[in-house]
Amino acid sequence: MRRLELDPRLVGMLVALALIWVGFDLLSGGAFLTPRNLWNLSVQTASIGIMACGMVLVIVTRNIDLSVGAILGFVGMVVGVLQARWLPEIIGLEHPATAFIAVACGIALGGAIGLFQGTLVAFLGIPSFIVTLGGLLVWRGGAWWVTQGQTVAPMDGRFRMLGGGILGAVGATASWILAGLGCAAIILAMLLARRRRLSFGFPARPAWAQGVVMGLSCAAVLGAVAVANAYPIPVGVARRMAEAQGLTWPEGGLFIPHGLALPVIVAIGVGIGMTVLATRTRFGRYVFAIGGNPEAAELSGVNTRRTVALVFGLMGALAGLSACIATARLNAATNAAGTLDELYVIAAAVIGGTSLAGGLGTVAGAMLGALVMQSLQSGMVLLGVDTPLQNIVVGLVLVFAVWLDGAWRRRLA
Amino acid sequence: MTPLVEMRGISIAFGGIKAVDGVSIDLMPGEVVALLGHNGAGKSTLIKILSGAYRADAGEIRVRGETVEIASPRDAKRFGIETIYQTLALADNVDAAANIFLGREIVTRWGMLDDAAMEAETRKVMARLNPHFVRFSEPVRALSGGQRQSVAIARAIHFNARILIMDEPTAALGPAETAQVGELVKQLKAQGIGIFLISHDIHDVFDLADRVSVMKNGRLVGTARTADVTKDEVLGMIILGKCPPGAQPGPGAMAA
Repeated sequence: MRRLELDPRLVGMLVALALIWVGFDLLSGGAFLTPRNLWNLSVQTASIGIMACGMVLVIVTRNIDLSVGAILGFVGMVVGVLQARWLPEIIGLEHPATAFIAVACGIALGGAIGLFQGTLVAFLGIPSFIVTLGGLLVWRGGAWWVTQGQTVAPMDGRFRMLGGGILGAVGATASWILAGLGCAAIILAMLLARRRRLSFGFPARPAWAQGVVMGLSCAAVLGAVAVANAYPIPVGVARRMAEAQGLTWPEGGLFIPHGLALPVIVAIGVGIGMTVLATRTRFGRYVFAIGGNPEAAELSGVNTRRTVALVFGLMGALAGLSACIATARLNAATNAAGTLDELYVIAAAVIGGTSLAGGLGTVAGAMLGALVMQSLQSGMVLLGVDTPLQNIVVGLVLVFAVWLDGAWRRRLA
Repeated sequence: MTPLVEMRGISIAFGGIKAVDGVSIDLMPGEVVALLGHNGAGKSTLIKILSGAYRADAGEIRVRGETVEIASPRDAKRFGIETIYQTLALADNVDAAANIFLGREIVTRWGMLDDAAMEAETRKVMARLNPHFVRFSEPVRALSGGQRQSVAIARAIHFNARILIMDEPTAALGPAETAQVGELVKQLKAQGIGIFLISHDIHDVFDLADRVSVMKNGRLVGTARTADVTKDEVLGMIILGKCPPGAQPGPGAMAA
């Protein structure tokens, strides 16, 4: 086990997740571990998971962002109004560019808001708790202000694909291609890293251990895609799709798989990108150094203020992206979208091993944390647990998880 | 011979209190100058001006005879001025290589961190400084005081420092490790590096230093060659501000 050099916390989280899944499956009489439920779970996790990636970096720099839910609400409203009212007048209804313009504007607006708040934190020295608490109120109010509280619907057809659903799934073939590319990338990255370590004469995992890690990683990718491809789209929709292509509807029906959902692909892409940013770039190194010892980073010539401001900007941009996904999923922009999301995002990051003291956390952990939270919630919905009790359970799990993590870390130290 | 560093008439005030008031010191190549004084005498503040952490309100800094502007730690490093801080100033949560290269990372062609190359360099420099050092992949939090000190020193000397500032270099160390730092100072001196040793404890530095400069209440009491004064006389400078005959008095010397 030790030779595999796996991150014990990540393994611990995976075990916890497996226990939760199996537990719910047994309690619900086999309703949890179905392709349908797991597929929905993945789509529901995407929005919080994306924001949790950014929150890790914010918390690592010893800051906090309480405004992400409100930014999501505000950006969602602007993106909704943009594509439902403004763009149709300029470029016409259902124009192919609408979705791209909307998403680009959403990310840019979120990023600008985040950067502004980050500037207040980094350059004016206002505590991030206060700046983003103010931001929570400001942007939540702003979300109402955009349309005086009116809900905006419907969204552009292509834009809605970003929310998942039948049209937002990429289908079986594309999913397998993505899985193949993913596996190839994993193998290539591991081989290159290994060759580099060996070329410097550093110790590396033994070849068999490397093979096991590689195999497990690829199996996880292929397994996830197999599950997504085992979930067929409903008969009625399949029949309409078949007829639209001029095919005759066969006697026994047609099995058309969903494949991976677009928001899930986006979330995984963000997770990979943020992991690279956090662990392989100077920016990421500075983020962690600032979290470990801000004074040391400053004295080493790191531009700590700029780095902190950029971290908040990145957080805002990810909240903007999540706003697009949430709005697309709902097919409507409401001023209440994202309410309490900041707490779920922070909880996801913390359950995923991010230390509120700063300097410690991983993007993968935060995404797993988001998945754990969403699994709890969706499992309880399956079991018919009342909403107030759901909140109580999630709250208790959050506190318990952090206690467990801290106790374990103290034992190691 | 031009001095490596000259600081002339340096002053800085924090909220009306003059932490450093008209202090002038200098440093020759291959020379060790000990900067002594009580806690709060202004030594660390003066040296932080040289290392770019603070900006002086008045005064002039010359490096190898040329007047320079040092506005940030980055500027100081560009002039070959490296600092080992009293608090060691390490990021506890990352490994030795990340600390040594912090702010000056080696990157690959695609702008990605080249951790393997940085670890290789780290192994090389640590083999020279502290051959027992083996914990390359652990966060420096897990290291002993001496190992952390080695990392801090490695960070300073790895980038061709010409001028090294050591702020209380032995404050956190045991006797064996203190001796090790003494050896290192001699080794660096032999390479022509000029070293400022800052300490409040004269016994730590008297034998290593070629000259001492003593500060009291933000002002320079005086500067003396260690050959010309006794430890007791230097103690008198530190405690009373009394300048002995063998020393060159500064503006902070007690009126005779």
